[in-house]
Amino acid sequence: MSWIAKPRVAHPGLPRNELGLTQRDYEGRMSTLCAGCGHDSVTAALIEAFYGLNYPPHRIVKLSGIGCSGKTPTYFLNQAHGFNGVHGRMPAVATGAAGANRTLTYVGISGDGDSLSIGLGQLAHAIRRNVDLLYVIENNGVYGLTKGQFSASADVGSTAKKGAANMQPPIDPVLLGLSLGVGFVARSFSGDKEQLVPLLQAGLRHRGFALVDVISPCVTFNDHEGSTKSYRYTREHLTEVADADFVEPKREIAVSYAPGESIDVEMHDGGILRLRKLAEGFDPTDRDRAYAHISERLHRGEVLTGLLHVDKGLREMHDVAGTVDVPLVEVPHGDLCPGSAALDALQESFR
Amino acid sequence: MKPTDVTDPQYYHKVVDCQWGCPAHTNVPEYIRLIAQGRYTEAYLLNRESNVFPGILGRTCDRPCEPACRRTRLDGEAVAICRLKRVAADLRDDVSEYLPRVPAVKNGKRIACVGSGPASLTVANDLIPLGYEVTIFEKQDRPGGLMWSNIPQFRLPPEVLNEEIDYILDMGVDLRLDTPVESMRRLLAGEMGEWDAIFVGSGAPRGKNLEIEGRYDSDRIHIGIDWLESVAFEHIDRIEPRVLVIGVGNTAMDCCRTAMRIGGRDVKVMARKSREYFKASPWELEDAEEELVEIVENHSPSRFVIEDGELVAMDFDIVDWYEGEGGRLRSQVMDTVRIPCDAVILAIGQETAFPWIERDLGIEFNEWDEPTVDRTTFQSTREGVFFGGDAAWGPENIIWAVEHGHQAAISIHNYCRGLPLDDRPPYGMNLVSQKMGLHEWSYSNDYDEAERQKMRHVHLRERMQTLAVEVEEGFDFEQTLQEAERCLNCDVQTHFTTNLCIECDACIDICPLNCLTITANGEEPELRTRLSAPALNLEQDLYVSEALPQTARVMVKDEDLCIHCGLCAERCPTAAWDMRKSDLLIPYAGLEAGEKRPTRARDLVGV
Repeated sequence: MSWIAKPRVAHPGLPRNELGLTQRDYEGRMSTLCAGCGHDSVTAALIEAFYGLNYPPHRIVKLSGIGCSGKTPTYFLNQAHGFNGVHGRMPAVATGAAGANRTLTYVGISGDGDSLSIGLGQLAHAIRRNVDLLYVIENNGVYGLTKGQFSASADVGSTAKKGAANMQPPIDPVLLGLSLGVGFVARSFSGDKEQLVPLLQAGLRHRGFALVDVISPCVTFNDHEGSTKSYRYTREHLTEVADADFVEPKREIAVSYAPGESIDVEMHDGGILRLRKLAEGFDPTDRDRAYAHISERLHRGEVLTGLLHVDKGLREMHDVAGTVDVPLVEVPHGDLCPGSAALDALQESFR
Repeated sequence: MKPTDVTDPQYYHKVVDCQWGCPAHTNVPEYIRLIAQGRYTEAYLLNRESNVFPGILGRTCDRPCEPACRRTRLDGEAVAICRLKRVAADLRDDVSEYLPRVPAVKNGKRIACVGSGPASLTVANDLIPLGYEVTIFEKQDRPGGLMWSNIPQFRLPPEVLNEEIDYILDMGVDLRLDTPVESMRRLLAGEMGEWDAIFVGSGAPRGKNLEIEGRYDSDRIHIGIDWLESVAFEHIDRIEPRVLVIGVGNTAMDCCRTAMRIGGRDVKVMARKSREYFKASPWELEDAEEELVEIVENHSPSRFVIEDGELVAMDFDIVDWYEGEGGRLRSQVMDTVRIPCDAVILAIGQETAFPWIERDLGIEFNEWDEPTVDRTTFQSTREGVFFGGDAAWGPENIIWAVEHGHQAAISIHNYCRGLPLDDRPPYGMNLVSQKMGLHEWSYSNDYDEAERQKMRHVHLRERMQTLAVEVEEGFDFEQTLQEAERCLNCDVQTHFTTNLCIECDACIDICPLNCLTITANGEEPELRTRLSAPALNLEQDLYVSEALPQTARVMVKDEDLCIHCGLCAERCPTAAWDMRKSDLLIPYAGLEAGEKRPTRARDLVGV
């Protein structure tokens, strides 16, 4: 952390988006995470993503649980709504919030501890319900706030700072998501914003649950030799398999690839998600083959990144539940709470 | 691009915009920090080392540092560097103990200086401590040159001027007042003494004339610099009520404001061009207008109107300016107008004049009758004869004269030892980390959004009473602290060590001004288009690192708008970024390479 706040003075030549805002307008408070934390880069990528999509900051809801990741929503979008939930319980809060107001944009920030240990059941059910939410896992393989114990995503053989090796097999959030039938799953690296920002934007535009696993090195406890989630190891072992480029609904598609090289997926808002396959035999729209491919490479020590699977055919929570189109706050009180006579009639219908 | 070589003292020097812009390369940020700490004596001595006359310059400098100041590019208003300098001069303690020591045993070399202005005084200041004996010939009965005769007392009180001149004279200058040098031949021939070298610092004493109808038909048409000199020497103590000042440079400003104090009631400054082309500094224009001087644009003088032997008016063409072929400014007469007046002061420029230098001495003059002077060594085409100040290339300002004096002193010192003149001592640099703790730096690193402090002026009525009332009151304590905080400490450099970088992006994410980018290397014009924010200011350099260890990309920093807040260094987990103070070691006569000046100023300052 720093004693001084980031000065408000800004580059006079900063571009502005369609709302007339600069990227600085999407910032939050000063980070109190360790200097060099990958999470701060994810924060910066989120700022860039929201700015680039021209989202008004006050129409966004930031949610988190506990841990280093739980702190990060403070560091972006000062003007957004925020909820810092109990450890691992962010998905439940997000589900409730999204159920009550479907017109806001939801972004949940979690970590490997928050999502894969204490909150694993919560994550699984949010995926199953297909809550309309961008769910970012800032994955560093250790419990940073409690001084660097291995988390559930630590690889076998990866060592702690003092040299002890992890013996328990990891839970991979991408494979977990695929097995649960997630409609959008991607993996990226905090040190590669060129890839991360379009993935976050695509996830925000995806209607339904969008899981983005971001390798985000813990600079204090897990950035040494022997770590498999350090900056260096990640850079040396990641392979990008599918490049995503989000094309705004209003924008003409200017770039064209040779047939077979790219797949266009039309998003719910009319935008186009253009996937460019970088690996032979990899098809992000085929869930089973994607699973097999990722799993096989993972066993060989390769970290596949990019948009790994997308299926826009899934029905989102509101579609399944048949809820009203407007936020509950806009439903007249008489309709929301029709009185005891209506309740009696409902109960009678179940007898 | 090739990796930037920051071991070259000039790279970090250029980042310190004010110091780079100052002809004498005064260490501005360091002395502003000293002022903020209340260490006025140290601040004064640090100033004096390079600019020799902090008290005088703190009131009268043309301030090339201020338009250069980085804050002009951020909030449009430079730090009030010049007036902070005055604070140091006003509040210093006795500095006599810390002035350069003069050796009792001389080196046997004798130098003659012609004229006692800032250039000659600087030559004396630099050479006497090395054992030289310096004689200054002055035609007037007071030393100081144009600092005395052309800068009105209400801008520069005589006590301030005399005190700083005396520091140098008291080193043992042989000052010959009322002794004009009337023949270079005689000076060279030893008729005025034997000299090992001669320095000509006789200024640009001839005011330009305006040869139009009626010029010589009245005795109320004055040449500006001569008129100011007559006022300074009290030969003139009044002027008629309606005065036209022709020309709109800084001399014109001094003329109109002086006229307002000695009888002028309706004083107009008549400019041929429009305001954007005025030569006067903006602050001098403001001060004149505050004193109810009217500044009239686009009026080109055509004749003096004389009736019954009396000057009664001037005729002007009202002109419109437009860009002609090749971008040259052209004028078109729109109308003519007659403006009544009782007196006219011509302030349309000045030039050098050397009627006392015979043209067969091997001292070459060019087609405009200016001496041929080497830009680096300040030597004329005759060995051992040096020029500096306005005498070298025409009118500049005091700070340039001082720098000329320093450079001429280096040359003279070489010349007298039989060394080549172009064998000049190099610049050096000290570079020291300013880290005091995890989040603590030795300097005030937060950006202060305060606006530039306004100089307080003596009330109009009071200041018009006599010529001697100094208009500016100087900054008070609060103003000084506030203004000092506005300085961005550009000398505390963002220093990068490539092999420590893990490319975590922390510095890029935190930088408030989007100065930093990690990207693939490329040629500069193309690289400039790929940075975090547009790098459009081509006068400001890009720093480019060597290839980074993990990805072989490069760290690029656009120096243009960095506020030196140190957040990149605070957020850097490996201390690849560090904040290091670069202290430029300026060469002076008698110093070895990288040696500090042998005064106690630096010991006091601790740099």
